[in-house]
Amino acid sequence: MVNPQMVMYEEEFNQIQAVVDRLVREANAKVVFIVDKNGQLIAASGEVENIDTTSLASLTAGNIAATGGIAKLLRENEFATQFHEGEKANIHIQLVGNRVILVVIFDSKSSLGLVRLRVRKASDELNRIFEALLSKVAEPGSDSPFAEITDEDIDNLFND
Amino acid sequence: MSFINYMAREINCKIVYYGPGLCGKTTNLQFIYERTNPDAKGKMISLATETERTLFFDFLPLSLGEIRGFKTRFHLYTVPGQVFYDASRKLILKGVDGVIFVADSQVERLEANQESVDNLRTNLAEQGYSLEKIPYVIQYNKRDLPNALPVEELRAVINPQGVPDFEANARSGMGVFETLKAVSKLVLNELRRGG
Ligand SMILES: Nc1nc2c(ncn2[C@@H]2O[C@H](COP(=O)(O)OP(=O)(O)OP(=O)(O)O)[C@@H](O)[C@H]2O)c(=O)[nH]1
Ligand SMILES: [Mg+2]
Repeated sequence: MVNPQMVMYEEEFNQIQAVVDRLVREANAKVVFIVDKNGQLIAASGEVENIDTTSLASLTAGNIAATGGIAKLLRENEFATQFHEGEKANIHIQLVGNRVILVVIFDSKSSLGLVRLRVRKASDELNRIFEALLSKVAEPGSDSPFAEITDEDIDNLFND
Repeated sequence: MSFINYMAREINCKIVYYGPGLCGKTTNLQFIYERTNPDAKGKMISLATETERTLFFDFLPLSLGEIRGFKTRFHLYTVPGQVFYDASRKLILKGVDGVIFVADSQVERLEANQESVDNLRTNLAEQGYSLEKIPYVIQYNKRDLPNALPVEELRAVINPQGVPDFEANARSGMGVFETLKAVSKLVLNELRRGG
């Protein structure tokens, strides 16, 4: 396949989770999550019990893909930031390093100014973590756990 | 592009249903959604027009079970089949791990099928993929209709390379899971080979 696999290890995951946890607190946000551009949820924090993060992840990625498509038509760089204001909830979407999407959902307890400020700092940190992660993935010897699976393993998945 | 998460011990793969307008892509997903246990599926999202034509995509997350302690999750997407939604189809194909081409078996849709396969090939190529290399299966849908072409005739036009193919009636569900299983197996095999 052409694309390198997206991989997440414990070390980087913990670092990412820490950034996301802190962002929830410092931005007074309700929910913060990170999605890759293909719509896979990477990390989430805040009041996540009451929301469907899988659906949100796929829709956010679709949204970024669509605006990215528009940008291309306009010969514009990808729109890195989006903001949608609702009656109760607001959503701030930030493309980080053209790789992952940082989403902050907040209400009147916070403000756009504060969210922007905190997102900027968090983006820098996330960028560094993802850079490190990518160089790790590129290293030889980072074998897939699937290298050893058998036909039987695969068949067993479908025998129900 | 599959996503291996060592932390959550999960692997995520993306499967895309492709094919001409009204061939039954959304119907495939609806049947899978209805017949899957609640604990193995998430919400199905359909971004559709008021007349139920897919506008951007349908999305259905599924859990297949575990392999070697890793949860396998498949994200199923459909593209909008109508010709003028090509820009959206390209976006949905990004990061794809496996493709199911749903053909409409009706004789008057033969040309539409052919055009859609060509369109798939072009759009994959734009992203550096090729139909010969990517996990790929074909479904001949709407086998229940009286104007359905014989499978041999469809195969000659749509499946000259002889990838795994299946007859289906997505409304009744015949062939729907068989098709999904086939592409899932190809995707997992690809992972084994190191993707
Ligand atoms: N008779 C019959 N009808 C089918 C079958 N599969 C789908 N249909 C019907 O065909 C129509 C179109 O199906 P959809 O699943 O919406 O088609 P689609 O491929 O998603 O279409 P777009 O979203 O426009 O790309 C619906 O009325 C379905 O009920 C089948 O196997 N047999
Ligand atoms: Mg549809």
